[in-house]
Amino acid sequence: MAVKNLKCKECSAEYELGANFFCAECFGPLEVKYDHSDLNPEETRRRIQAGSRGIWRYADFLPFENKAGDPLEPGMTPLLKADRLSEILGTGAEIYIKNDAANPTHSFKDRVVAVAIAKAKELGFETVACASTGNLANAVAAHAAAAGLDSYVFVPSNLEEQKLLATDIYGTNLVGVKGNYDDVNRLCTQLADEKPWAFVNVNLRPYYAEGSKTLAFETVEQLGWNLPDRVVAPIASGSLFTKISRGFQEWQEVGLVEGEQPVFHGAQAEGCSPVATAFAEGTRVCRPQKPDTIAKSLAIGDPADGPYAVAQANKTGGSIDAVSDDEIRAGIRLLAETTGIFTETAGGVTVGVLKKLADRGELKDGEKVVVYITGEGLKTLDANRDSFALTAIDPSPESFESKFGQEVAA
Amino acid sequence: MAVTVKIPTQLRATTGGQADLSAEGSTVGEVLDAVFAEHGDLKDRITEGGELRRFVNVYVGGEDIRYGEGLGTEVDDGAEVTILPAVAGGC
Repeated sequence: MAVKNLKCKECSAEYELGANFFCAECFGPLEVKYDHSDLNPEETRRRIQAGSRGIWRYADFLPFENKAGDPLEPGMTPLLKADRLSEILGTGAEIYIKNDAANPTHSFKDRVVAVAIAKAKELGFETVACASTGNLANAVAAHAAAAGLDSYVFVPSNLEEQKLLATDIYGTNLVGVKGNYDDVNRLCTQLADEKPWAFVNVNLRPYYAEGSKTLAFETVEQLGWNLPDRVVAPIASGSLFTKISRGFQEWQEVGLVEGEQPVFHGAQAEGCSPVATAFAEGTRVCRPQKPDTIAKSLAIGDPADGPYAVAQANKTGGSIDAVSDDEIRAGIRLLAETTGIFTETAGGVTVGVLKKLADRGELKDGEKVVVYITGEGLKTLDANRDSFALTAIDPSPESFESKFGQEVAA
Repeated sequence: MAVTVKIPTQLRATTGGQADLSAEGSTVGEVLDAVFAEHGDLKDRITEGGELRRFVNVYVGGEDIRYGEGLGTEVDDGAEVTILPAVAGGC
């Protein structure tokens, strides 16, 4: 099988495949390495097409020697061509929405968690845990329940009620930490050092991150085994952004798809934009920020993969933009009104940046632009609270006509 | 002024297995220099050219020193200085 070992992204030191996430030599992040030299592209494609319905169809590109699987298999979420959105944005580009809210717990986190929990089981862990801004909490609690593992989920205590409820319902140990996500993350890094637990995004982070590649694989399959010309994706830690690129790259190397890497555009909220700021300042060093934004799922002030996200945007001729809270709300509404997809604040950030790109004339006629919508609007109702108009009437045709008669006639 | 320096498991080989060290100093830099004077291997592991490595985070009382004055961040008597890998977390 293809998976080989762990390798430091900074100094290339190599490690065995275990619960290990940083390099003992230089503290750099570890990444899973594969040997795909014996993969025949035609056979691999057939194996994928005959494989399971979700992410496990890409087993050749996931970090397991033996076939993994899970009862809540995420993935193969819809890729919708959004012609009305293109029209309203005044662009001749073909915009596609990858709607990853259509996963078991309604966010892309199901992909990374499915991989991490399969790895936790393989390594013999009985308890899984995570530091989360909410979506990950939902996914870890659910997948742990499905796998019969105990779980501890650490979140900032001021999280949206919907995300707390939709975590606790799975019977996890829900821990609200008085602080922001970066405080939660620091605490979990300390606990991971002491507890015999699999923290999906700490000591299992190299495997966890691999799950995001499946977004790239599905995009290629759904575009008829073609690469998009341009992608727009949200950036929190920067892991999703860089792993989508890695997915495209692995398939280019194996010969499953022809062509160039797409242009990568990253999206952040102004209230937490360390990566967009580093990009604008022409540096790879992301100075940490204290988050203050409605986009809580992107509120990571100290992004672990920020430098790699900046490099990815630069390398492909892309950009990283930030949008205001008002632009986020407008983005949520724009997507809903033109595509029928109600996304959470992170999706509002991504659509807000898509609009910026369209306004700047960066989307070219005829090119394929894929927009990654990573979560569900029903989880962040507070962002749009009091934003709707309700016309109350009596239960009589006369009352309806008196309020709406003119509109209906017109 | 004495402060406690918390060492993660992966670095304890450089401190003779100790998880908590006591050191004197009025800034993070002074405290770390005092620790390095006794545990020279630790210096090579977490610094490069006199600066902290990019993927090493240091906290005083839970606050990342990059929000303060970096290695010049002041530490009070009895404070806790924590060294951790920076690559955790995220989406």
